[in-house]
Amino acid sequence: MTISLKNLSAEEYFLGHKACGGCGGSLVVRWTLKVLGERSYVVMPAGCMSAVGFIYPQMALGVNAMISPFAATGAVLSGIAAAVRAKGLRDVHVVGFAGDGGTADIGLQSLSGAFDRKERIIYICYDNEAYMNTGIQRSGATPWGARTTTSPGGFRPSSPAPKKDLVRIAAAHGVPFAATASVGYPTDFLRKVEIAGSIDGPSFLHVYAPCPTGWACESDATIRLGKSVVDTGLWPLVEWRDGAARLNRDPEAFVPLADYLAMQGRFKTLRPEEISAMERVRDGAWKSLRAWVRESSAG
Amino acid sequence: MSELHFLSGNEAVAQGVRLSRPRVIAAYPITPQTIVVERLSEMVESRELAAEFVHVESEHSALALVMGSAAMGVRTFTATSSQGLMYMAECLHYTSGGRFPLVMMNANRSLALPWNIYGDQSDSLALLSSGWIQVYAETAQESLDMIIQAYAVAEDVRVRTPVLVNLDGFVLTHTYEPVIVPDQDTVDAFLPPPDFPPGYPGTFDLLRPQSLAVSAGPGDYAGFKYRQHRDMVAAAEPIRDVGGRFAEIFGRGSADLIEPYRCGDAELVMITLGSIAGTVRDVIDDLRADGLRVGLLRIRYLRPFPSEDLRRLLFGPLRRAAVAAIGILEKDISFGHQGGVALEVKAALYDQAEASAPAGLPPVRNFIAGLGGQDISRGQIIAMFDDLARAAGRDGDEPARSVRFVGLEASR
Repeated sequence: MTISLKNLSAEEYFLGHKACGGCGGSLVVRWTLKVLGERSYVVMPAGCMSAVGFIYPQMALGVNAMISPFAATGAVLSGIAAAVRAKGLRDVHVVGFAGDGGTADIGLQSLSGAFDRKERIIYICYDNEAYMNTGIQRSGATPWGARTTTSPGGFRPSSPAPKKDLVRIAAAHGVPFAATASVGYPTDFLRKVEIAGSIDGPSFLHVYAPCPTGWACESDATIRLGKSVVDTGLWPLVEWRDGAARLNRDPEAFVPLADYLAMQGRFKTLRPEEISAMERVRDGAWKSLRAWVRESSAG
Repeated sequence: MSELHFLSGNEAVAQGVRLSRPRVIAAYPITPQTIVVERLSEMVESRELAAEFVHVESEHSALALVMGSAAMGVRTFTATSSQGLMYMAECLHYTSGGRFPLVMMNANRSLALPWNIYGDQSDSLALLSSGWIQVYAETAQESLDMIIQAYAVAEDVRVRTPVLVNLDGFVLTHTYEPVIVPDQDTVDAFLPPPDFPPGYPGTFDLLRPQSLAVSAGPGDYAGFKYRQHRDMVAAAEPIRDVGGRFAEIFGRGSADLIEPYRCGDAELVMITLGSIAGTVRDVIDDLRADGLRVGLLRIRYLRPFPSEDLRRLLFGPLRRAAVAAIGILEKDISFGHQGGVALEVKAALYDQAEASAPAGLPPVRNFIAGLGGQDISRGQIIAMFDDLARAAGRDGDEPARSVRFVGLEASR
């Protein structure tokens, strides 16, 4: 059965946590577990979701779950997966939820190991584009120009450049399934979680997850931002499955970046010419993405 | 039937692991531990051992991975050494705090810088406060036996504390000895099954979902840490039980956390740990032949630290002579202070001083030797006993220097 918003489970497996209003990450966890269900083993490294979900004695996860060392999400998932094999357990899911710092920075090594060993795990990166749990410091997934508490003037290490492409890093490992998603497009997201749950091997989802606290935006802007970031072309919806990449949305034209950026205080320092440069970077990234889709499907 | 094999320390560990039937093994290579995971990989490939063998990408991942497996309620194994132990240091505190009953072998090796692959005990001593039970083997036989016993101790529901089994790098890991390898049936009867029973604390349960490895505020945190300490202290009894039961069934080994040798009437007592104890014993036999009353205490467990055993062996009512001087021979230094073992021993002696005041305590000398794998010779050990004799006031003491580095003349 294909899962959609209409038949999504009414069960709650992430409830009573202490996430901020409008937290995109908590939506990612909540929706994912509604799809995967009660026979899930969850791993969360140090980060927002573990910080708000495991405060003794008030546990927010309705499935088996544990916090991993920050760098070790992929390893702890692998340990659970190995025990699942050893015990011969069937119909279970081993799923990790890590932030962008926990994935693109400190956790990349153990994630690479898990990919390389073809572990049967689902790894979901909820990307709120900075170290939010520690107070909005710049991470390896912070977009160019964004203000964080360690880039107070806006993060500008060089001329504008695209973010680290985690899906193509995953694809380069030969994982069977890797995709982007956004909380602004839940149907697409739920479908991808369902696919991930059916894959015999590692799957990876890189999910756009707004953080009103860190982005200086309204707490009711989460879903709007999640749509806008896709429509502006900053967050392509793409999936890689069995060696071929495919665009889930392939817009002919993009909504101007300015509207998206204006919704968030973190981009306040950007000058108009910089925004134009970011649009050129976006266009270049799409060119490369379309070439990847074309070449991988042709092969 | 048990069989006699000619094995290195590392191979003996691998045999002990095979007999303990872990379900998951995480392996990352580091000299001088590599033979352990090589042998285990062969055993898994040949189906002598039914385990998931996972090639991890780092030591940090090795320990994190077996923690995940232990949360699923299965027995695990990993091994490391030196830089690898340091790299996984975060995970040592993490797994002990989470009360995961892990067993890990550590090949004791020096720490960089300078780089040096040879044996000393700087690595495990640096992690004495990580919440792991620490045991130090002297022989390949004891290494095999301690792996089996370590599982029994770690998984005891009263203990639920991980165990680090230490072997001196090269001197023990790579030296071959005749080793009795027990038969599988006897080990199976000795150990609980490798799948923990349903409801075992700190494991997942599909019917009653659990949150593990949680966070706790300042008030609750202190309680968790107190219970961790309390249960580690209390682990001495299960350790003795397991050692005693092992000795009864397998006909060797001991229930003692400290193993004495010719100590009951010794005036000069050397305290040490690990493989150097054998050489110290030989020296003691020679010096005894010359009429000197010398003896040895080999510390087997540094955690939980057997303070009361130490005081009983040094000052207890069953002693036939008073101890006149104590030496502590160890392969590590806590820079800016003393050897790590000396600090432990002296802390235990202070409590004795309170109990026995005003009688006071004998002088204590700390010998730092064998750093970076330097051989500790018989002559050096004899010289240490000479130092102790002088300290005891027999030949007029030299100005007290409680920490003495041995073997520096070999250094440029």
